Amino acid sequence: MKILMLGWELPPHNSGGLGVACYQLCEALSVKDIDIEFVLPYNEVHSIDFMKVRAALSHSAGSLRISGIAYDSFKYTDTQGNEQWLSIFDQQKLYEQAAAQLTGYESFDIIHAHDWLTFKAGVLLKQKTGKPLILHVHSVESDRSGGNYGNPLAREIEQESMLMADKIVAVSQHTKNIIIADYAIPADKIEVIHNSIGKIDEVNLSELNSYKYLAALKNHGYKVISSIGRLTIQKNLINLLHAFKLVTDIEPKAILLFVGNGEQETELLLLAAELGISRNVMFAGFQRGKRWRDAYTIADLFVMPSVSEPFGLTPLEAVALGVPVLISKQSGVSEVLKNALKVDFWDVNEMANQMLAVLQNQSLKNELIVNGSKEYESMNWSKAANQLEEIYAKAVRGVSG
Amino acid sequence: MTKRAIVLYLHAHQPFRIGHFSTFDIGENKNYFDEPNDMRANNRAVLDKVIQKSYIPTNRKLLELIQQHPEFKISLSITGTLIEQLEKWSPLTLESFKELVATDKVEIVGETYHHSLAFFYSLAEFNNQVQMHRDKIWEVFGKKPTVFRNTELSYNNDLAVWADRAGYKAVLAEGWDPILQWRSPNYVYRPVGTQTLKLLLKNYKLSDDIAFRFGDQNWESWPLTADKYAHWLNAIDNGTNINLFMDYETFGEHQWKESGIFDFLSHFPGEWLKNENNTFMTASEAVDSYDAVDTIDTPYTTTWADTERDLSAWLGNPMQQQAIEALYGLSEKILSSNDWALIEDWRKLQTSDHFYYMCTKWFNDGDIHAYFSPYDSPYIAFMNFMNTWHDLRYRLTEKGLDT
Repeated sequence: MKILMLGWELPPHNSGGLGVACYQLCEALSVKDIDIEFVLPYNEVHSIDFMKVRAALSHSAGSLRISGIAYDSFKYTDTQGNEQWLSIFDQQKLYEQAAAQLTGYESFDIIHAHDWLTFKAGVLLKQKTGKPLILHVHSVESDRSGGNYGNPLAREIEQESMLMADKIVAVSQHTKNIIIADYAIPADKIEVIHNSIGKIDEVNLSELNSYKYLAALKNHGYKVISSIGRLTIQKNLINLLHAFKLVTDIEPKAILLFVGNGEQETELLLLAAELGISRNVMFAGFQRGKRWRDAYTIADLFVMPSVSEPFGLTPLEAVALGVPVLISKQSGVSEVLKNALKVDFWDVNEMANQMLAVLQNQSLKNELIVNGSKEYESMNWSKAANQLEEIYAKAVRGVSG
Repeated sequence: MTKRAIVLYLHAHQPFRIGHFSTFDIGENKNYFDEPNDMRANNRAVLDKVIQKSYIPTNRKLLELIQQHPEFKISLSITGTLIEQLEKWSPLTLESFKELVATDKVEIVGETYHHSLAFFYSLAEFNNQVQMHRDKIWEVFGKKPTVFRNTELSYNNDLAVWADRAGYKAVLAEGWDPILQWRSPNYVYRPVGTQTLKLLLKNYKLSDDIAFRFGDQNWESWPLTADKYAHWLNAIDNGTNINLFMDYETFGEHQWKESGIFDFLSHFPGEWLKNENNTFMTASEAVDSYDAVDTIDTPYTTTWADTERDLSAWLGNPMQQQAIEALYGLSEKILSSNDWALIEDWRKLQTSDHFYYMCTKWFNDGDIHAYFSPYDSPYIAFMNFMNTWHDLRYRLTEKGLDT
């Protein structure tokens, strides 16, 4: 079976979990009798041997990112400079047009598009070829806007495309529920296929951690809580700071480390100062590679208290690296990850209570690590690939549901 | 010739579950066991549910059976924490237990008041709790237990020696194969190192057919009828006494009414008694009627739980060990406080169920054990427990008994 896959990013040019999920899912599918051609909106060299990667547009990943990233829908670039950058909306339009010009699509059996930026291109190709269209929803606009209405243009693209699709894949029950509520799509048109996690590179513990200062503090009895992700409303970091303030009242030797960037950075800095905990809150910016990984391994606890999270890869990465996690009950990943602490995103007191419990009880921390590691060992993408294979087969046969 | 007897022993218990207890509740005079807003941890709501589903219909059924069959008898243990809850929230249900015991066909078995694991942590505290239970049983039922069972049927040679010296006739324990080896559980035994004590060992195969497998539609023997079960028992070619030990709540709570468990209970004694060589005995009657056929050595602790039949469901992981060690670490200070409310809270925290809720060994498998926990995860159970422990400690420091 031949699949034309429309995506926005792949590692190492990814801005977050979307690229990772696409990559690992395709890798698991390639083991089956499935040929994938993956179309990107930028032109870079990839060392990928399990599928064909093709660029719809000729510009680089870097120049695309200036327009915005896969999670943006509000980003409009400052046009006062000499160069005129396209907004993320214009980029998706460009991708749609370029994808429509692709040749050789007659030989594909199915069009499979990932997230709203590629949905219009998918619809256009379906109209041109009559091939079944599967939309894979890794996030919806109301997630990206932290439970608010979000950008009406992005919503329009999502709703129209979902109505046109033959099948919709949601990465969690949480996401499926939002699709039904926000876009009135019939429940039986939506299948839930949970994301998973591939094997993480072994960590060499003898290596020096990049966060040297934090490592030194830990030798003096400090405990570190890490938050890795964009500094954006969806991630619920304002509540996290308020909860962390309560933690420091009882456990002054606690550090909160933010890794990531985003529009809330200044707001968070100011709030930390206002709460009198600037000395306990650190901002490391967006990191890749070793610094990204070390941000997990330096931590006594990883937190992801998102307001709304379609899935959430970072907690699985934390578990894979042997770090206990605290996640919000409103995240898709909480549907699959058992050995985690879970809290309602609005419950600041309980968030503080659970953070303190991990910082103060070594046995709780250890038990979360031991059982989380066991759970991680049992995770892989083959279940997701099997479910998707079945959906492909039904779509080709013209069976719905 | 003496008849062959079924020793049917039922264990009734409810813990005082800990409500949500945050770090920020420490030192705020919050009640540990009062959770009006969470149905699963609301002790009164859980008790009401179990009363309706199990205690009332089972007591009624057992009373009918006693009136119907002069030979029908049972042994019953009922924890202090359950009696306390019934006194407080449902005196009528307690009356129905009293009515049952008043028939003299029901023997009360002794245990710890708080359904605790004190035997393994503090012998002095264990003795206190056994005495508290004796006092309570005397006050409520006017009986003095002569047979003992320890929490979760936990048992080893040391417990046997203790019970022997304390003057009990018999102890109940699990008929676990590595202990029995080639022997059958269907006889009376004598524990090594004891003078007069006898041992009754649970026939776990036949007990668990009712307690665990009865309602399982995937079980090859489903549906289990009273005559089929009596047929199995009659086919046993050895032994003097078949010991069927299980939770009281098997009837109506673990096995729901819809499974047909009450019909089974109604008909099974009649089916068994059709054979005139068959009868029922209480635990003490059985050990009075039959001599011990051999001695039994139990150098390590057995229980009636899980496939391991050990204490790992309560003490298997470091969270459980830390929690229970922390609790018993306060013993001396708590007891010297002479503050009855403080001592009583400390004792209610000793109930084994709290540690059971912290068990992680089946959490990954989504096992049915989760059905018995009022918390979302073993980690939540641990956090609530440790915060109440910190509160106990806070109360001690308030009294100048700094830890």
